[in-house]
Amino acid sequence: MNGFLQIVRRDLHLAMRQGMDSLMVVAFFVIAVVLFPFGVGPESSILARIAPGVIWVAALLSSMLSLERLFQADYEDGSLELLALQPVALEITVMAKVTVHWLTTGLPLIVAAPLLAVLMNLPDDGFVPLMIALALGTPALSLIGTIGAALILGSRRGGILLSLLVLPLYIPVLIFGVSAVDAVIGGFSARPQLLILSGLLVAALPLCPWAGAAAVRQGIE
Amino acid sequence: MFHRFANPTRFLRFAAVIQPWIAAITVALIGSGLYLGLFNSPADYQQGETVRIMYVHVPSAWMALFCYSAMAGACAIALIWKHPLAELSAKATAPIGAGFTFLALVTGSLWGKPMWGTWWVWDARLTSMLVLLFLYLGYMALNNAFDDPARGAKSSSILALVGFVNVPIIKFSVDWWNTLHQPASVVKMTGPAIHASMLTPLLLMGVGFTTYYLWVMLIRIRYEVTANKIRTLQRRQAATGESQA
Repeated sequence: MNGFLQIVRRDLHLAMRQGMDSLMVVAFFVIAVVLFPFGVGPESSILARIAPGVIWVAALLSSMLSLERLFQADYEDGSLELLALQPVALEITVMAKVTVHWLTTGLPLIVAAPLLAVLMNLPDDGFVPLMIALALGTPALSLIGTIGAALILGSRRGGILLSLLVLPLYIPVLIFGVSAVDAVIGGFSARPQLLILSGLLVAALPLCPWAGAAAVRQGIE
Repeated sequence: MFHRFANPTRFLRFAAVIQPWIAAITVALIGSGLYLGLFNSPADYQQGETVRIMYVHVPSAWMALFCYSAMAGACAIALIWKHPLAELSAKATAPIGAGFTFLALVTGSLWGKPMWGTWWVWDARLTSMLVLLFLYLGYMALNNAFDDPARGAKSSSILALVGFVNVPIIKFSVDWWNTLHQPASVVKMTGPAIHASMLTPLLLMGVGFTTYYLWVMLIRIRYEVTANKIRTLQRRQAATGESQA
């Protein structure tokens, strides 16, 4: 646990010092959503209908954009090998990386989401389920994405490859995240969708760091 | 058997012997299946002649899932036992499986237009098959993304195992979500809900597609082994060339 917290602290320090990464992710999220009213027209009923889907897709893409940096910097300067050599299980290290990724991208996205929901004219009932669904879904996105980020270490054209690997695996989270919001707007309970999202998160929690650690081991071999 | 064929030379000898037999069986099975399906089976009382698309569509969908399962199994064997042929066979399987998935989607689309009145619906099974196609493409892209082929094989093996979660979802999607695509009618607890005159060509095509897969896989593995040999020779030549210069 101690090792876990130290890696989290180190990576958070690094993220704060160097930067703008987290802000850039939020900026991308906002701009991507703002493009839609220009694309489909500013009619408020259409925007309200597509709001949950647009916000979710934009959140998913922004979460994916920052994945490439997750291991890349440590891989390039060699510190990933040292992290793998220390007497902490590599799975714990990967879990710490996931936590930092979620804190620096998932959490800001959740904070920015209500503002975008207002811009997209989301019905009032949809706000709470959107926040809950994002709170359950973005950690799952970070967890799943970690596998992809670890797999592409040392490859050619990493970034574009990453999207091909990770986006198909994101689809279940997207489906249930959007349908939770749609259910509440349509007058139903979002309980089943939110339970499935929690189930995805609970399943990803042990499996993804395990697979991610296996992928990191291949990368630094 | 399993460890015997860890030796590529022995495997190549074995493959050279059985390959013509598998080719002959494939031609016979697909030929008779196509003949029975296209000329010697009844048209459906509701769907008319378009039901004959089934004889290509259903076996390719089976093979799409079968190839992915075989690929994931081979990847697990490659990661656990470092079996050299398992990696090669997984790599050889991926494009064949992607081809079958694509064929299933295209024939399904051609069948959907007269029956459902649309080329495509966002039905659970169609969507999950599309995801399967992306998983195959991701596997192939990752496999080719590294300068060192061994590293690509290992990384993509992990990806194939992660993507395996999609296979049960596709298999049971028609039972879990009641949508446009019909539920399974051949493999059921209560026995096949399809008449023997249609079932026979369907099964012939199914087995024929499987032997076709084995046939093409053998060709591709032999190609991969040869390509590896050439690569080693080139590297050796480059190394000796440098030391002389």
